[in-house]
Amino acid sequence: MKKLIITLMALGMAGAASAEKVVLEGSTTVLPIAQKAAEVFMKNNPGADLSVRGGGSGVGIASIIDGTCDIADSSRAIKPDELAKAAKRGRDLKAHVIAMDGITHIVNPANTITNLTRAQIKEIYTSRAANWKKFGGPDLKIVVISRDSSSGTFEAFSEMVLDKKKVRPDAIMQAANQGVASTVARTPGAIGYVGLGYVSSSVKAISVDSVMPSRETVLKNKYPITRPLFMYTNGAPAGTIKQFIDFVKSPEGQKIVNEEGFVGLK
Amino acid sequence: MNRKKERLIKYLFTALAFSSLVFLIGIVLVLFKEALPIFSRVSLHDFLLGESWYPTAEPPEFGILPLILASLWVTLGALVICVPLGVGSALYLHELAGPRQRALLKPVIEILASVPSIVYGFFGMVILAPFLQNAFDLPIGLCALTTSIILGVMATPTVASIAEDALSYVPRSFREASFAVGADRWQTLTKVIIPAAGSGISTAIILGMSRAIGETMTVLMVAGGSAVIPHSVFDPVRPMTAAIAAEMGEASVGSDHYHALFAIALILFLITFVFNIAAELISRRFRLKLGLSR
Repeated sequence: MKKLIITLMALGMAGAASAEKVVLEGSTTVLPIAQKAAEVFMKNNPGADLSVRGGGSGVGIASIIDGTCDIADSSRAIKPDELAKAAKRGRDLKAHVIAMDGITHIVNPANTITNLTRAQIKEIYTSRAANWKKFGGPDLKIVVISRDSSSGTFEAFSEMVLDKKKVRPDAIMQAANQGVASTVARTPGAIGYVGLGYVSSSVKAISVDSVMPSRETVLKNKYPITRPLFMYTNGAPAGTIKQFIDFVKSPEGQKIVNEEGFVGLK
Repeated sequence: MNRKKERLIKYLFTALAFSSLVFLIGIVLVLFKEALPIFSRVSLHDFLLGESWYPTAEPPEFGILPLILASLWVTLGALVICVPLGVGSALYLHELAGPRQRALLKPVIEILASVPSIVYGFFGMVILAPFLQNAFDLPIGLCALTTSIILGVMATPTVASIAEDALSYVPRSFREASFAVGADRWQTLTKVIIPAAGSGISTAIILGMSRAIGETMTVLMVAGGSAVIPHSVFDPVRPMTAAIAAEMGEASVGSDHYHALFAIALILFLITFVFNIAAELISRRFRLKLGLSR
């Protein structure tokens, strides 16, 4: 009986080792790209086993440093203290830019606002500005929606729009892009920010400094809040990880990026 | 041979029984070990009474008063819901329900207890929050009130089943004595049964509070997450559990933020620990009062 159990355990381990499992974790902005790309990749390579989960850029980078994921999705570049931590653990993180994105500000479709300047957005997010009237909108209380600090979108937004000033404490915190989008869709006075791929008909994207975020304005760097999206690997990628990264950067992979609403490279 | 086997089994079960003690001590030790380093950066006073929670700003601020008050606020709200519902259900089940109603209601209440918290959270987010938003014309439905209602419903089965146990421990002789001196049913209930079961019912309520204050997934989904001191039931809040759950993933091991989250967990543990000790003391007194062995 004992022997049988040991044999089974040994077999189980061998089985787990042979089907090379690749875990992707991190940014919820990159999530739809990673998910769709993994689906297509697994269809093309029946032996591959990819698992994709969100959590936020900070979570993905923390996981790859701890060794609990193979590819960290991130919507911001790695921070110096994370790099130092990685070096301490003997990890050499390599960045792969897989797409471009414009951080898009969205309001409820009922809101008449169509444009805000970066200074106005900063005022809304960092002061106690209470009513849309002040910004040329309807007489409606402003509900500020932000992201938890593990979000790369938040970090990029904070850097490019808020000059790292603190978000007002009464902002509603959401854990994912989708959470921001659906809260804005249900809340008349809400404003939030999401990756370009999360814009849908249930929310209204507004222009920033009179530039509407789109494929074109992001690629030409006209839109003021653009950023690259990354996948990080530990060292130069090899095996299935390399195949997958190459696939995402290939024309077929970049087509997925565009289909998911983000901006493909080139 | 048999003797030996018996002793072996006895030791095995002793070890199993004591294992939970080992777990508890282990958890307490880890909580203290990981929490204490933060107090070399922030004083205990500033940590507990500081009003701004910006753990990742430069420089970071670690004041958890808004988080503590948020937890207490939503728990208080939950009590307003789960005490009448839970105690009322227990009284009905014990005093009025016939065998058929009991056979239906008891399992239903137990099923309510077994619904996963994410389901409650989802319900709160998609149905209750928009409903309250419209009903009260709120800027946003994700707020303390929504959280309290959901937590109250979640804690109801705990309160109901423990309170019902307490009622059923009241010896028949109490009731018979009461009827014998001519009291009617209502008098017997309010003057004899409820006072006799009172401390047992208090235990039920305290354990319900423990349940509510420790709940994580639901508050993460419906509380809104704003780290501000609540001034009304319509304010979005960030209870302690939600802060830990939302931030633990990215707080790098050993950082100040990481230790601060452990310190929040420690405070939360101490709060529920006091609740549970109180519940235990009260229920011990209750059993003595009824002349039951402890």
